Amino acid sequence: MTGSLIGIFLTAIFIENFVLNQILGLCPFIGVSSRTESAVGMGISVTFVMVMAGVATWGVQNLVLVPYSLEYLQTVSFILIIAALVQFVEMVIKKLAPALYKALGVFLPLITTNCAVLGVALINVRRNYGLLESSFHALGGGLGFMLALVIMSGIRERLAISEVPVAMRGAPIAFITAGLLATAFMGLSGLI
Amino acid sequence: MNIIMAALFLGLLGLLSGILLSFASKKFEVKVDPKIEEVMQYIPSANCGGCGYPGCAALAEAIVNNGVSISLCVAISKRNADAINKIMGVEKNANDNDPLARKAALIRCQGLNTDEYKNFEYAGVKDCQAAVLLQNGPWKCPHRCLGLGSCVNACPFDALKMGPNNLPVVDEAKCVACGKCVDACPKQIIELVPQIKTVHVLCVSKDTGKDTIKMCKIGCIGCGICKKNCPVDAIVIENNLAKINYEKCIDCGKCVEVCPRKSIIKESHQDI
Repeated sequence: MTGSLIGIFLTAIFIENFVLNQILGLCPFIGVSSRTESAVGMGISVTFVMVMAGVATWGVQNLVLVPYSLEYLQTVSFILIIAALVQFVEMVIKKLAPALYKALGVFLPLITTNCAVLGVALINVRRNYGLLESSFHALGGGLGFMLALVIMSGIRERLAISEVPVAMRGAPIAFITAGLLATAFMGLSGLI
Repeated sequence: MNIIMAALFLGLLGLLSGILLSFASKKFEVKVDPKIEEVMQYIPSANCGGCGYPGCAALAEAIVNNGVSISLCVAISKRNADAINKIMGVEKNANDNDPLARKAALIRCQGLNTDEYKNFEYAGVKDCQAAVLLQNGPWKCPHRCLGLGSCVNACPFDALKMGPNNLPVVDEAKCVACGKCVDACPKQIIELVPQIKTVHVLCVSKDTGKDTIKMCKIGCIGCGICKKNCPVDAIVIENNLAKINYEKCIDCGKCVEVCPRKSIIKESHQDI
């Protein structure tokens, strides 16, 4: 049991990295990766929301959708849950940890439309994960997302002061970097 | 039947999250002083940090909560500052009448551009901080402007650009004296000086005159001729370097005429 949990966790971080392997959540990956500081903030908030969403969607799927054979409402209801959850988390953080709220800033509402979060919920269902497995998968997915973001931001901070050909400056070189990074991550597929 | 179930489920889910959120918004409500938002409307929102607070929102909070004066903000226009003073019920800024208070950045190097005073050609990363790591830069003079534009990149107000001789040029109309360039310059040759003064010593070399002559044709050697000729005693020589006391200086330009090294200049505002 524990072995497979750790397996799910590590797989979600390295082998099935949501950004670099499953190509989900690319918007913040490019948008929020120009500075390491904000990349870490975004990573932490996504991880947090992913775990919460993983647990909540598991509950809805197995306690409501399946018993009443309403599985076709998955996407709609999951998005609704994630959006409500993000709003709720934002309020709680704003009240309890104003410093953290300031650090995360606009990233929190951005997560509402992050497809990596929806991806976690849907993959949990597709693979018939239990509650524990779902939450470990979500935690791994979030940490993997953060890892990709932090690596990317480190590279882009260096890129900012290096001499890039004029035609490649800005988004083009960022996309090429992302591609190379994804290729590099493929090398981890034999890890487990 | 199916449709009813689906509608019921989604409706309930929406209703539940709605109720949860409205309760949460009551329970976790954070009271914000409406004055802060009013003040925020008039603050430049450039987040330059020139006031010493970590951003415009922090300054707005300090203005409302701690009674800090808006005069800390270097970028604000007079009209907006008055509007904020009105919100806060404060009469007037303390330094409104002080003409010396309005400052602008000054590049204190004339950047003599001859290979004679170069040790080597620098071809690395176009960044002053990087260049300074390599034997303190390519120039013989350790205070020479590197001309790679770190200050230009640091300026949040677009007031600096690279001019002739690879020297940055300050657009005094745009400069608000936030001091970002001062921090960005690894050679520490940028200083904030009163905008209405036009006579400046454009050198920061504190080396002895003998050493300075070896490294630059127009560097200050601390000879003191300017000091002797100043009609108002506004110049002091400290550590082999002439220094103008802007409170005494009357902008007469006498020192510019007598300086044998041409290190002191009178700005002509036209060429900016």
